[in-house]
Amino acid sequence: MEQIDQIFVHLKHGVVAFLPEGLQPLVSILISVTAIVLVFPLLFALTTVLERKGLGRIQNRPGPNRVGLPRLPTLFPWLPKLRLAGFGQFAADGIKSLTKEDIVPREADRVVHFLAPFVLLVPVLLAFSVLPVGRNMAALDLRETGLLFFFAAGAATELSVFMAGWSSHNKYSLLGAMRAIAQMISYEIPLILSSLTVVMMAGSLSLVTIVERQSGVNFGFLHGWHVFTPWGFAGFWLFLIAACAEANRTPFDLPEAESELVAGYFTEYSGFKFALFFLGEYLGLFAISGLGITLFLGGWLSPFTFLNWMPSWFWFFFKLFLMIAFFIWLRGTLPRLRLDQLMNFAWKFLLPMTLINLVVAALWHFTNSWNPALRWLLGAILLTFSYWILGRGFEAKFRPRTYRYAS
Amino acid sequence: MSLRNLVHSALCLAVSLVGLALIYLGLDAEFIGWIQILVYVGAVSILIVFAILLTRGTEAPAGRITFAPWSGLIIAGAVFATLAWTVIKSKALTEITGNPSLDVSFVVKNIGGKLVAEYVLPLQVMGLLLTAALIGAVIIALHERKGLK
Repeated sequence: MEQIDQIFVHLKHGVVAFLPEGLQPLVSILISVTAIVLVFPLLFALTTVLERKGLGRIQNRPGPNRVGLPRLPTLFPWLPKLRLAGFGQFAADGIKSLTKEDIVPREADRVVHFLAPFVLLVPVLLAFSVLPVGRNMAALDLRETGLLFFFAAGAATELSVFMAGWSSHNKYSLLGAMRAIAQMISYEIPLILSSLTVVMMAGSLSLVTIVERQSGVNFGFLHGWHVFTPWGFAGFWLFLIAACAEANRTPFDLPEAESELVAGYFTEYSGFKFALFFLGEYLGLFAISGLGITLFLGGWLSPFTFLNWMPSWFWFFFKLFLMIAFFIWLRGTLPRLRLDQLMNFAWKFLLPMTLINLVVAALWHFTNSWNPALRWLLGAILLTFSYWILGRGFEAKFRPRTYRYAS
Repeated sequence: MSLRNLVHSALCLAVSLVGLALIYLGLDAEFIGWIQILVYVGAVSILIVFAILLTRGTEAPAGRITFAPWSGLIIAGAVFATLAWTVIKSKALTEITGNPSLDVSFVVKNIGGKLVAEYVLPLQVMGLLLTAALIGAVIIALHERKGLK
């Protein structure tokens, strides 16, 4: 089992060991980069099909189920028709977007218009380099600044959104970009503050160390994931909401609200550049889900000690699939927020909640010697009370709710 | 400023800020380097771009933008000279270079400890100033809206 767990690490070391000394660091880096560039876009391709099928099921229709393998009847007349339940769809979509005409508006700022998709995609791919996808499987372990690197890479994407929206010379694009940036800046604060609780408790910014700190065992069989503590539980949900907004997913998909803004900031993109934006958005979702898994859900750790024999990379990708399924489910279920609701939610609910969560985490740290049950209860009560006050109490001004338009 | 379009200039500023972050990284100051990208590229340059968009059109103005383009070079040179002179004269530089046994290994924990223990007063003053600036900005914006109505 140990062999299977470390199979990719051994494979890489094996390949690198064949090469002359001088080439080894370079090839080692290249292999890690290739793995990231291959695995996550492939996951994106799978996700597009799964998402369309999942949404289809939620809306009581089959979703894509036609495209299978191309049959090429003149070359292989003996091949049967293979549909693969529609899983050939992503290949068809990919070839379509590659061969489509690339239209640039006449008034557009050509250089900025051209650069925007790359400014989105490159930082998102960079962010994957610090995620530990298995035991000893982080491409880059920044001992001092891992998490900070992740957020720094994410920050550059805002600039790309602006570049795309502004250079298109289209009011829908610009409106979409304005909304996207306002949303991303507002939700980045709760996102960073909720991850900060983990940094406080783990005492390290390195994502590898943060995963290792969660390997403790509770009750003899349960791993000590951060989500099993009161601050971790609240932090995880706060993180998830902020991540959802940061990745422009429903119910926070105002930047590309198709009923109002055509397609938001990438309205004027077509063909392969549009595909790159699409890819960038999904890779951003994977990266931030991966970060959530690393911070709160134990990264590559198994949930129970008796499942430790399963390979670590399996657990990471299994959790990633669960997170993606969760986001697809959300998209199929929730309606879009209004812009003022979006801002109110970020500044009046998420931000105070994350700050209170920081205090609870500090309390957790200082009550280390207490009875675990008492400690748990104290944190839970503090958080539930503040959740009730912020979410319900202030909103209703301590009065029964009145519905202005509905009653 | 050799570009006619203000937004282009702002985007180039973002690129140069990334360059500054790379210098920090080259000097093994990881923390400052990433913070530089996070704050300046992610927030400040976006703020500048937004300010340009909200206050004036993004069309490049016709005609000459500046009347003495070379004066900028002189000012930049003067600023650089002042900064360089301060750095060369600073006590910290001689302390570090003149004392090889000094531990300058970089740990984020040390930065945090210094900030909330030794340099807590400057930190608080800075926070107060920023809050005051924020409230001031809100008041100015509120006033304008009242005038419009």
